[in-house]
Amino acid sequence: MADDKKTLEEILNLAAAQFKVPREKLTADDDFFKTLGIDSLQALDLLTRLEHHFNVELPDYELQGVSDFRTLASRIQARL
Amino acid sequence: MNQFKGQTLSWELKDGVIELALHREPCNEIGSLTLEELEKFASAMERMQNQAHALILYSTMKSGFCAGADLRELYQGAQGMEKQGAARSVREFLERIHKVMNAIDSSPLTTIAALNGVTFGGGLELALVCDLIVADKMARFCFPELRLGLIPGFGGIPRLKRDLGNAVVRDLLLTGRSFNATKAQQVGLVSQVVGEGESLNAARGTAAQLGKFDRRTAIAAKKFIKPIPYEDLQQEIDIFCELFTQPAVEAGLKKFVESKDAQPYLP
Repeated sequence: MADDKKTLEEILNLAAAQFKVPREKLTADDDFFKTLGIDSLQALDLLTRLEHHFNVELPDYELQGVSDFRTLASRIQARL
Repeated sequence: MNQFKGQTLSWELKDGVIELALHREPCNEIGSLTLEELEKFASAMERMQNQAHALILYSTMKSGFCAGADLRELYQGAQGMEKQGAARSVREFLERIHKVMNAIDSSPLTTIAALNGVTFGGGLELALVCDLIVADKMARFCFPELRLGLIPGFGGIPRLKRDLGNAVVRDLLLTGRSFNATKAQQVGLVSQVVGEGESLNAARGTAAQLGKFDRRTAIAAKKFIKPIPYEDLQQEIDIFCELFTQPAVEAGLKKFVESKDAQPYLP
């Protein structure tokens, strides 16, 4: 559980820095497409950055329908 | 014509290196205008190759090297045509683009793809005609065609099969998933992974190194090691055109083109 929280925190920090959104505006259950204002190409960019950051491989079909940070964190956690 | 500035791409020959830059918004989708300009390039390349030793392909788009075929144009072009007519028109497009791809693939120049960001479908197929692939760490590779009820049609499967193991081809093709540059290097697709925004610089450095070698030897080495899989390429066109008449394709293209979803590039 502690690891889940740490993963989530790292994702939120990375997303805030990359898309220049104040960190305090991002919450775990936000729809990141809406909150970050990103399209599908930028989502792929985020996916690549997350893979490098966590040193994991995330098949994109595993992320199908995932649009909130919490679920994204759990998908990454499952690959760590 | 040692220099050209088109609507979708530009090229310049300088110090023995031809640089071909793709610059069509949003991510260099390949439609009829890009094809026309690629054909112009293929003709110009033949004339320039006596003054050059290397060719670098790259994108000026931040989003990536190339997101593949222009699916909107493909879908709109097929509207109002009967299926066989649409298939004929697609075959003509494929035969033209295969000529360009084969010309670059078999060029006596040593060719380098300098990649960033999205390198999907036809974009990956364009990269695969090059002798060397240099990718920045944000590059991402994918053959998404099965999502549309199609197979890659610009020569991707035969070239990937030529260059890598069949298992990698099956993984990319049958799952439709994308993978990053590190993984691409692990499977042997990419020769160098460099920092974000550095692929063109790295390709230029590599091209400068290539210029030190005897041209005749380099040409002989390339010809020996890189056969063009003509039979498989022709078969790929035939399979693509046969699939193109299936209802799943129209449905897949319609879904992509009309999608309001934020994720049309995701599976």
